[in-house]
Amino acid sequence: MRRAYPFSAIVRQDEMKRALLIAAVDQGIGGVMVFGDRGTGKSTAVRALAALLPPIKATLGCPYHCDPKSDAGLCPIHGEASNGRRPETEMVGTPVVDLPLGATEDRVVGALDLERALTRGEKRFEPGLLARAHRGFLYIDEVNLLEDHLVDLLLDVAASGENVVEREGLSVRHPARFVLIGSGNPEEGELRPQLLDRFGLSVDVKTPTELADRIEVVRRRDAFDRNPDAFHAAWADADAALGVQITKARARLDKIKVPAAVLESGSRLCMAIGSDGLRGELTILRTARALAALNGAAAVSEAHLREVAPMALRHRLRRNPLDEAGSTVRIERAMIDLFGP
Amino acid sequence: MTRPEPAALVWSDALLAAAVFAIDPEGLGGVVVRCGPGPARDAWTGALKALLPAEAPVRRVPSRIDDDRLLGGLDLTASLAVGRPIVERGVLAACDGGVAILSMAERLEDAAGAKLSAVLDRGEVVMERDGLATRLPARLGLVAFDEGIDADERPPDALLDRLAFWIDLSAVARCDRYEGGVGPGTAADARFRLWTVAPPSELVVEALCVTAARLGLVSIRPVLLALRAARAHAALTGRTEISAEDAAAAVRLVLAPRALTAPAEAAVQEPEDPTEADPPEEDARKPETQTKTDSERPEPETPLQDPAADAEMIIEAIQAALPDGLLDQVKLDGRQSSRSARRNGSGASVKSVRRGRPVGSRTGPLRGGDRLNLPETLRAATPWQRLRTASEGGARIQVRQEDFRIRRFVQRQEATTIFLVDASGSAALQRLAEAKGAVELLLAKAYVSRTRVALIAFRQTHAELLLEPTRSLTRAKRCLAELPGGGGTPLAAGLDSALQMAQAEKAKDRTPLIVILTDGRTNIGRGGAPGRAIAESDAMAAARSLKEAAIGAVFIDTSPRAQPGGDRFARAMGAVYAPLPYLNAGAVSALVADVQSARR
Repeated sequence: MRRAYPFSAIVRQDEMKRALLIAAVDQGIGGVMVFGDRGTGKSTAVRALAALLPPIKATLGCPYHCDPKSDAGLCPIHGEASNGRRPETEMVGTPVVDLPLGATEDRVVGALDLERALTRGEKRFEPGLLARAHRGFLYIDEVNLLEDHLVDLLLDVAASGENVVEREGLSVRHPARFVLIGSGNPEEGELRPQLLDRFGLSVDVKTPTELADRIEVVRRRDAFDRNPDAFHAAWADADAALGVQITKARARLDKIKVPAAVLESGSRLCMAIGSDGLRGELTILRTARALAALNGAAAVSEAHLREVAPMALRHRLRRNPLDEAGSTVRIERAMIDLFGP
Repeated sequence: MTRPEPAALVWSDALLAAAVFAIDPEGLGGVVVRCGPGPARDAWTGALKALLPAEAPVRRVPSRIDDDRLLGGLDLTASLAVGRPIVERGVLAACDGGVAILSMAERLEDAAGAKLSAVLDRGEVVMERDGLATRLPARLGLVAFDEGIDADERPPDALLDRLAFWIDLSAVARCDRYEGGVGPGTAADARFRLWTVAPPSELVVEALCVTAARLGLVSIRPVLLALRAARAHAALTGRTEISAEDAAAAVRLVLAPRALTAPAEAAVQEPEDPTEADPPEEDARKPETQTKTDSERPEPETPLQDPAADAEMIIEAIQAALPDGLLDQVKLDGRQSSRSARRNGSGASVKSVRRGRPVGSRTGPLRGGDRLNLPETLRAATPWQRLRTASEGGARIQVRQEDFRIRRFVQRQEATTIFLVDASGSAALQRLAEAKGAVELLLAKAYVSRTRVALIAFRQTHAELLLEPTRSLTRAKRCLAELPGGGGTPLAAGLDSALQMAQAEKAKDRTPLIVILTDGRTNIGRGGAPGRAIAESDAMAAARSLKEAAIGAVFIDTSPRAQPGGDRFARAMGAVYAPLPYLNAGAVSALVADVQSARR
């Protein structure tokens, strides 16, 4: 397999990078949908994220890499073992699982282990990709090309945090909490709105149009192609610093204060743009809090709110096809009306 | 379009592309060869095969290949013989280190194109199928034979973006002899030298970026591919660093063919004086090796005092190598849109087909042509094995009919709504605006009604295609940003071009519906001849041929008072007649949705 490109070497695309870091800090925000033109480094960024994520503590040898604490009683293998004695643990990398196009349903949800069944007549559950993604990230490139029934299934599991398998005489449930990251090109087809709404954040990536940026992209990519190892070494410090930033931000997250004034601003903004339901309000606040944690701030400010508003809300606007302005512009306009320029 | 190039030049460039590709197939992604089957394509393929290393696998891949053959899956026979799952490599994994040749690439569906793209990007097949989870190396280049005839018929854009060379052999399809090109020995030497070519100078990188910008190419992938092509070309010519000539060849082979077919998107902003563009200092984190490699870089062959002037020199050399007038044409064709979102995607499904996209499996008896989903069948049979073998003994695995799991497929039957809008006279702007609104409303709910939308306007003497059939709201907004209006009413020309498009859509298995918005008062005949009488008889003839072709139509009469003229046209073309004097987008889109659902 080719090596992943270092995250910090990605030129520009600040909003996409910020959204991914925010999702890494607060995994409860609900995933990121990346829309963009061809060749804008969508997949590159997501695959690069894996290198930044701190390792997690998991029960030794568990196929679900279950957390001895939070998964107590949930893991189908180690559910009961935690009573009394403490299970042995190991440190494993945060999983970033790629859902390849053409994956079949049995591999996604897990199924009867054919080999065991055929050779030993044992009825055993073989965990699928959802199990592998537990406590990490699940990435689907070209979401709009994925079969509808698979998308529905993924969204259901992502929302409930649990994978329930009832097939071939098996009845298994296991924890599957993961951050869903999708990417796609809007020119190849729109996404159903109920699907879009399930993603916490949504970012639009554009090909850099500044010549200087484009030259830099080509230069770095060429350096990477010529000698991936040296290129990685050159960016290792920058990537490591981002990793530390994520770890620190996670530790700080619960202590970040959210002033009442900011809460109110968030609600007013959501009302002004007419986003449906409460999900917008909740997401914008969690996102602003994660950004404050990343920036090392003690409390969420209106500046944080304004910075994350487009990514938290742009996919929640009621669609008005006759309004020429894109959703980002509508949010910016509303913010200027409410909070001044 | 470009004026036809001398056939000899087309052929020598095609051979050069083959040679450059053969040096670095994995890095260059591949070649699109647009040409029907015939001696030209065979000669080109033969030349490519001769240039590749003898041990490199070259395999044909049919465009309608199943996932289990493309990506791999469970090997039926071997698994049953051994009694445990055996992985069968797909064609792509079998091509590792070589070249896959995809025939009829224009028939490839978006989903299959995305799978191919993923394998090209990663250099491996990631298989999560049939209870198997494995990764197989697949470092390969792809040759896509594109036999499309219309500009619209071509391989998926996502795949095209990843293939460095687009060559069109139709100009040399009828030659007596095909010869020339590079010897296999030279290619082998060049492959060996490829990574000894020095890193590209800043000037080459800048020249490629500037040229791509001037050609209106927005995606950055072509520039990266051009740089790799320049490196391979340098290796081919025995140079140790990338010269202006290599860059020029790369631009001619990689960037120029994209310039006229690529969509005109947001233009790349070139600084006022491109020579002053400093590489950006992204942050303070700029890596050190980067600058180190730069300083280690040998001086260019012709050291010049002013490096900026040098970049322009390379650009000039590149421009000299481009076909005449290409840059000017790019500027003129600002409106040119790329092929619309493609056939695959959404649409009403035709059930019980044996091709198309797999959607799980079903139980039931196995009838002729049905395809068994073996892993699912075995899984279904497994829980019963102990019982069955106990009662009957014998075979290791007993599979009964009730265990059968049959693969299900869906194939999409899609609809295309073609708006034909009268853009003449004083009410033109309003009609256009409402038609545009209706297009966007229909697209906004296209995920429900599963339809594609196109828009043709007619005014003055002819009809103009403003929006190719598309499912994308984004694209529709861009293409319909400005609409021209006013002038005479060439209804016949409009009907003719709508009919033409409808027939093209039919050929792609889509169901067309033409929606005409006009007041029916035509005054320009076919070929632009003025006069009400001739215009009406021409329009009537065009209307009748619409009916003969059995194409569904809706005639929306926008005149303030309904009049017999409109009704007569509507009847002649077998259209639903709907007078809508107070035209508005909502009413039009609702009407279209009604007609569409009634036709299902």
